[in-house]
Amino acid sequence: MFTFPLLLFVLLSSVYTGRYLGRPAAWAVLAGILGYGAANTGFAGLALLLVARREMGFLKRVRSTPIPRVTYLSAVLTSILLVFLLQAVAVFALGKLLKSTPLPHNAFSLLLAILLGAGAFAAMGLGITSLIRSAEGSSAAVNFILLPMAFLSGGFGPTGHYPRVLRAIGDVLPLKYFVQLVYAIYLHGHQIWSRPGSVAVVAAWGVAGGLLAIRRFRWEPVEG
Amino acid sequence: MSAAAISVRDLRKSYGANEAVRGISFEIAEGEVFGLLGPNGAGKTTTVEILEGYRARDGGDVTVLGHDPARSEPDFRERIGVVLQQSQLFQNVTVREIHEMFAGYYERPRDVDQVIQLVGLAEKRDARVKTLSGGQKRRLDLGVALVGDPDLVFLDEPTTGFDPAARRAAWEMIRSLRSLGKTILLTTHYLDEAEQLADRVAVLREGRIVREGTPTELTSGTEETEIRYRRDGHEVVVRTTEPTRILNELTGAALAEGHELEGLSVRHPTLEDIYLLLTAEEAQN
Repeated sequence: MFTFPLLLFVLLSSVYTGRYLGRPAAWAVLAGILGYGAANTGFAGLALLLVARREMGFLKRVRSTPIPRVTYLSAVLTSILLVFLLQAVAVFALGKLLKSTPLPHNAFSLLLAILLGAGAFAAMGLGITSLIRSAEGSSAAVNFILLPMAFLSGGFGPTGHYPRVLRAIGDVLPLKYFVQLVYAIYLHGHQIWSRPGSVAVVAAWGVAGGLLAIRRFRWEPVEG
Repeated sequence: MSAAAISVRDLRKSYGANEAVRGISFEIAEGEVFGLLGPNGAGKTTTVEILEGYRARDGGDVTVLGHDPARSEPDFRERIGVVLQQSQLFQNVTVREIHEMFAGYYERPRDVDQVIQLVGLAEKRDARVKTLSGGQKRRLDLGVALVGDPDLVFLDEPTTGFDPAARRAAWEMIRSLRSLGKTILLTTHYLDEAEQLADRVAVLREGRIVREGTPTELTSGTEETEIRYRRDGHEVVVRTTEPTRILNELTGAALAEGHELEGLSVRHPTLEDIYLLLTAEEAQN
């Protein structure tokens, strides 16, 4: 889970050469991998972790202790965000080492964007757990969403040359807006607040995931 | 008699059209070990999960340690310990680490090493969970449930799947809990377990309590004693409420005729007999 985006970065940055949007392609690959990584860790990582803990009866057990539910889930979420921050740092280090990609110019904006994205995807991850019945199929279900989304949203490289239909699908997915946000900040030196549209779409998906989680999140294994 | 740790009045719970619990009432005193017996589907787990705060009830009054478990306040959960039938803990942490983790969830946890000692895992303190045997894992479950120093412990089928030696060890441990003054609600389908451990027992069938009392009361509730012997190669079974008179007649006649009552046995029904009788009524209905 942790090393996979790093591996992808190494692969894709050696495949895509030349320039994209006026910058070396490796920069765009790095931005895309940050986007994919946020969804991979925040959405897929959190969902798989929670479904597994639910199915092993661990969450049920935690619920019998005095720790408030919100506290417990916040702690899990925080640990996932920390993992993703470490991953982001590792991607930048790797980029600098292998492809001489620069460190982010607007580090604060980028940090905010990463927290927003990882947080929103984590909220979606919380939400999706209520739709997954068992730990057995959870990896397939989550990746069935994650991988096409990453592909269609530019997480694995630019989508400008994709057929119109595929691009249209990407247009409604949160990851596309998150990747665009990271592009804008990292490639073009924008600030997060100069891209309110992308921020709003990512946040709205996060809120939708959070609402689903509040209504449907289960602490007990699904019976039968 | 001390105060009631658990008080249940006319508890009801349905799942759709299925009435799982149909108006049951019982009280458990502080420091008492109470056994809930019954076949699968009798409503044991539903009842216990309502008391633990996992499920909402449809009707009736429930008080556990002075709280309504449905509100599931942290104050309430500070004082209970729950051992679930099917739950796994993290496999890659050590016995001590998992205890410490759960200790962090409580306001006033018990000393972790003391708990590990109590459940007999002191030698395995630094072993990873995945290296423990089945019996040791159940002891770990118990240890984690005790780490908050609860007043009331729920044990859901604590020895299912144990070999005889492990069962005896578990029984010893449960007795030691009792000597610490903990109130224990135990569900089991092993009758000898209830007989060994419980001060009082309630037998559930189809969502109702069909019998309640001390194991002795339950077995003496049926007055019939069973007398068996063989005559001419056939087994004869006499069930009677007057075993003294019947035995006197039988032995008197045998003595007079100068022959032996082969395979003579006199048996009072065990809890198991009562239980089977109660559950057999279900089959007849």
